[in-house]
Amino acid sequence: MSVLVNKDTRVIGQGITGKAGSLHARNNIAYGTNYVAAVTPGKGGQKFEDSLPVFNTVHEAVEKEGANASVIFVPPPFAADSILESIDAGIELIICITEGIPVRDMAIVKDALRKSKKTRLIGPNCPGIMTPGECNIGIMPGYIAKPGNVGIVSRSGTLTYEAMYQLTVRGHGQSTCIGIGGDPINGTSHTDAVRLFNEDPDTEAIILIGEIGGSAEEEAAAYIKEHVKKPCAAFIAGTTAPPGRRMGHAGAIVSGSSGSAEAKIAALKDAGIAVAQTPSEIADTLLAIL
Amino acid sequence: MALLETFAKHPDDMNIHEYQAKELFAAYGIPVPAGKAAQAEDEFETALDAVSSDGPVVVKSQIHAGGRGKGTFTDGYQGGVKVVKTREEGLAAAKAMLGNTLVTNQTGPAGREVKTVYFSEASSIAKEYYLAILLDRDTSTPVFIASTEGGMDIEKVAEETPEKIAKVHVDPAQGLQAFQKRRIAFALGLDTKEQLKQLDKLLTGLYNLFWEKDCSLVEINPLITTPEGDIQALDAKVNFDANALFRHPDVQAMRDLGEEDPKEIEASKFGLSYIALDGNIACLVNGAGLAMATMDIIKHYGGSPANFLDVGGGANADQVEAAFKIILSDPNVKGILVNIFGGIMSCKTIADGIIAAARNVDITVPLVVRLEGNHVKEGKQALEESGLPLIPGDSLADAAQKIVAELKKISA
Repeated sequence: MSVLVNKDTRVIGQGITGKAGSLHARNNIAYGTNYVAAVTPGKGGQKFEDSLPVFNTVHEAVEKEGANASVIFVPPPFAADSILESIDAGIELIICITEGIPVRDMAIVKDALRKSKKTRLIGPNCPGIMTPGECNIGIMPGYIAKPGNVGIVSRSGTLTYEAMYQLTVRGHGQSTCIGIGGDPINGTSHTDAVRLFNEDPDTEAIILIGEIGGSAEEEAAAYIKEHVKKPCAAFIAGTTAPPGRRMGHAGAIVSGSSGSAEAKIAALKDAGIAVAQTPSEIADTLLAIL
Repeated sequence: MALLETFAKHPDDMNIHEYQAKELFAAYGIPVPAGKAAQAEDEFETALDAVSSDGPVVVKSQIHAGGRGKGTFTDGYQGGVKVVKTREEGLAAAKAMLGNTLVTNQTGPAGREVKTVYFSEASSIAKEYYLAILLDRDTSTPVFIASTEGGMDIEKVAEETPEKIAKVHVDPAQGLQAFQKRRIAFALGLDTKEQLKQLDKLLTGLYNLFWEKDCSLVEINPLITTPEGDIQALDAKVNFDANALFRHPDVQAMRDLGEEDPKEIEASKFGLSYIALDGNIACLVNGAGLAMATMDIIKHYGGSPANFLDVGGGANADQVEAAFKIILSDPNVKGILVNIFGGIMSCKTIADGIIAAARNVDITVPLVVRLEGNHVKEGKQALEESGLPLIPGDSLADAAQKIVAELKKISA
């Protein structure tokens, strides 16, 4: 079992007929993910990889193939439009991999998400979501994962891989791994993911990976303190980051007294969460409390 | 909790000079004192003519850093902003500033060369206010910040006297509404009929500028009233969302590369994200979160990181080579830690990139390489067979400990 995606998830790819998108879509399909169509305006009627139908619009893909999830590999100037199209078409889960979407575009997307009762967005600027053994949507490497009972949520792609890999080589699998992305405006928060893991009977423990900037980790800590009995471990990146500089991710910035690693770590510890001292000890920190 | 805590300020987004920001203000109907910029001494006279015939004038050094008024030039001249009584004094101040290097509490000890001087009409001030618009991360909407405490550090005001700060959120789908403008006006106590009218126009201009030009921050500190009660923007700070520059060629044209770190400009050409720090162990990592975590683990084991460097998800040989060149141009670097988690990309490809780069760049400091992930065996083997004096790291912890130990050997 898992959260958000499984073997029955019917996925369409927006922008997967391009170079980067097609590489990752092929990997996802090879993993066993149930892709049902591609959407590229102007290429309707063609086939992707000689098998998947290509449609001009998301609405058509939903109508003809019953798609309920969409992954977006569209370049940044057009990515928000692709998200809005999927929301309008009633897609339940949108995963946007694209990095570098203007904040103004995301403010409009966020407004549309609030009005939609149906759609959840993961990302943008994220590695995607994977339920090991069933469904891999995005750019996560499938071979480092193993089916199991630990849920992972993270803003950072490669730190997610570190955690997954550390668990896997120690013989522990993952229920679902969610990369929520490093942008200041995103669709799914740490708290949203923690809530989903908490409600999932097959997720027995949770790893939360955060970084400097914003207050999403503090909010998740408060939620965990109040509602979560499952063992939780965490790691926060950016203890040594200088204030006032954006560390790669648009959202990773310490401004004034806010968003510091120290404040986040203190909030997590206060909620009874085991915090790993280094990124090498993420899995061991969780295993020690199981 | 500080009130501004959750608002995203992005100093790494594109910044412009005050004179450019005031030109934008004027274009959006935001009242500013008459002003004119000059880039050469022979432009001073005409610039002064445009501002005032004679009498008081403000002379302002144009650099992308705050604290100008209290700054000192490297030749000892005091103050990057001068209010002078006569034209002659104005000319003298401008001559002293142009081409001179100004050091402020925000420039670092090297300071910044003043290439533009801005002459501004001297306004009479009755009272100073603070007004800004930026994005609130928590609500994902633009928010106005207004305060009666103008000309001060707003973070400090938020911390010490939060009741003196008003926040008004704007729903981007609705746009700025009249009631929201009234809330700001009454919060500032600018409530005469004429002031309400002036502020209505100013706030509309401010919101339109913020939204239409994809700004990440527009700040007026101070906003002033004159003794006659008129409202004016005395200073102007405008930052732009770097991700949206593609749709604003006019904004791109205002970029001043002379104000940016040359190493960071070079890095951005290769799609690398680089930030110089003051330590001596350089890092080369894929992924922003892992890059930060690598800095952290170096510190954890007693070392000091020289930089943040994210080569991105699909690092190729050219990028790795450019990354080596950039980190080695920092004279403080005494060792390098490469940390790559090859997800989709094969570690063999990355190893080949490192080998090619190491041969082309001539690395003379200890180099520890930690590879993990896809085809890691082939990658490690390629590094071993290259004959390069690389030190392999098994895990991130092992690699960090090894590079820190190497530096201890050198300094011992």
